[in-house]
Amino acid sequence: MTHEMVEQIKNNPKYQELVSKRNSLAWTLSIIMLVVYYAFILVIAFDPSLLGGKMGSGVITVGIPVGIAIIFIAFALTGVYVKKANSEFDDLTKQIKDEIK
Amino acid sequence: MKRIVWLALLLGANAFAAGALEGDVQKQPLNISAIIMFLVFVAGTLGITYWAARRTKTAKDFYTAGGGITGFQNGLAIAGDYMSAASFLGISALVYASGYDGLIYSIGFLVGWPIILFLVSERLRNLGKYTFADVAAYRLKQTPIRSLAATGSIATVILYLIAQMVGAGQLIQLLFGLPYSWAVVLVGILMILYVTFGGMLATTWVQIVKAVLLLAGATFMALAVLAHFGFSLEAFFSKAVEVHAKGEAIMSPGALVSDPISAVSLGIALMFGTAGLPHILMRFFTVADAKEARKSVFYATGFIGYFYILTFVIGFGAIVLVSTNPTYLDAAKALIGGNNMAAVHLSHAVGGNFFLGFISAVAFATILAVVSGLTLAGASAISHDLYANVFKRGKVDENQEMKISKMATLALGIVAIFLGIAFEKQNIAFMVGLAFAIAASANFPVLFLSMFWKKLTTRGAVIGGSLGLATAIILVILGPTVWVDVLGNAAPIFPNKYPALFSVTVAFIGIWFFSATDKSADAQAEIEAFEAQDVRSQTGIGAEGASAH
Repeated sequence: MTHEMVEQIKNNPKYQELVSKRNSLAWTLSIIMLVVYYAFILVIAFDPSLLGGKMGSGVITVGIPVGIAIIFIAFALTGVYVKKANSEFDDLTKQIKDEIK
Repeated sequence: MKRIVWLALLLGANAFAAGALEGDVQKQPLNISAIIMFLVFVAGTLGITYWAARRTKTAKDFYTAGGGITGFQNGLAIAGDYMSAASFLGISALVYASGYDGLIYSIGFLVGWPIILFLVSERLRNLGKYTFADVAAYRLKQTPIRSLAATGSIATVILYLIAQMVGAGQLIQLLFGLPYSWAVVLVGILMILYVTFGGMLATTWVQIVKAVLLLAGATFMALAVLAHFGFSLEAFFSKAVEVHAKGEAIMSPGALVSDPISAVSLGIALMFGTAGLPHILMRFFTVADAKEARKSVFYATGFIGYFYILTFVIGFGAIVLVSTNPTYLDAAKALIGGNNMAAVHLSHAVGGNFFLGFISAVAFATILAVVSGLTLAGASAISHDLYANVFKRGKVDENQEMKISKMATLALGIVAIFLGIAFEKQNIAFMVGLAFAIAASANFPVLFLSMFWKKLTTRGAVIGGSLGLATAIILVILGPTVWVDVLGNAAPIFPNKYPALFSVTVAFIGIWFFSATDKSADAQAEIEAFEAQDVRSQTGIGAEGASAH
């Protein structure tokens, strides 16, 4: 890639839109994942009884649906990102590529 | 007391998903159906290797399967790398022994994946060619950066290989009733065949076949357990609480994560370590473009998450159906073959001898698939990074580079066989932990900052990365797993089992400091080269493999 090409792409508003949209989505989702995971770990470290509480009358504790939910959240977040990226971000990338041709 | 010792061993090694299998091992009677099924698997994978060998002609084919793996296939292969024998047998054993705590570990293994997707996967695909050092050295000086990255890769691969080899030796005694050394030699020879002849294409498909077999087997076990209770979770868990020695405690977090520093440090090791494992990173170069790279992680996260839910059900299933059945217990009421056999006994309880054979064969096949990926990553670091780019300064013809990588595979295979035999009676619980610590502290910070931080310079990356590497090694040696468990000292000098929190911090600070104070002209040029790199990493313009289809 030549220096001119880099400058041209960098000054393309679509490139700037792509970078800022992707960055904000990527970091937001990362922070959500980290907060969810470390909240879980810190509850276990400091107040495990919170997760040991019973759900209703049976033996199943709050911790079990919470744990399973974190697995689903991890999967769902990757789904959100892939859906956004494979449509919106890839469209923008394609437009940027087309413009330099 | 025995349980505490066992738990300590398990947590040392099996805290890491693809780690070693630890604990007491007693050789079991010969298991003919398992051996036959395993031989069928071997025949099938050699068939795959033959097919792949005819399609593996160029270096690109060898290292990255020609870049033609789809996102779905790659997702299965990544999941396969993660679903090792240790995570299948080890996590279900952990659930069997302490219930809920097993789930906490599973979650720790999983949450790194979304982060890898959001921040690393597409940039890696857009910048890299064959190894992650391609990315780290993209705008920095080739020789020092590739030497550092190759050192980190080879160290990680060797430590991991030893752990897998010893695990294979233990498993063959448990599952097939065959001697330890047979397993080590067999695994070594088969992985050399897969990798030298079939390259990444064979390695990937062996991993995919295994992942499908393991997921299918585990699904059947979990459904059979749930069906036993008419799919009533309440009835299932009530029975488990009723028969388990710890009673209701198995339904809540136990003593596993008691101190926050350990918990955070382990989380960092798992998250950043996963993002610094050379055999995992290499998989991102086997897909055509950023879109497929993203899909890989989406599918991988789904499969891995699903697999961990299955192991949770399987562990509880073993509590209910195995611990209550005298067939599976010895005179002391402990599981025959140790707790790591929980899932294997359960397979017999729900599916008889045939299914026991199937699960045993799949568990052993798992090791074979994981070591092949490791060996390929190690051989690539030797041939592509050290030989082609450091020793030959990039002036090398492709055939010569491939010849070197095949020789490196052979050498790594032989080294792995010897080390596997040498470490049979050694305490290797620290090895996978150390591999993760090195990946998190040397490989990951350099790779991450090379993509995200404009002001990174060669000097900063080399000094900071080396400091991270040294800190990780020193703290593991001074910590409980080596200083006390291996060297036999009374108390550790460094109290924490997981050094990642400290060694990763040292690496990042070192890289920052020695980059920020680097005022040389070279450093200025490297900083200026960031723009072009960043544009390529964001858009994939000029990326390898984009035109190959």
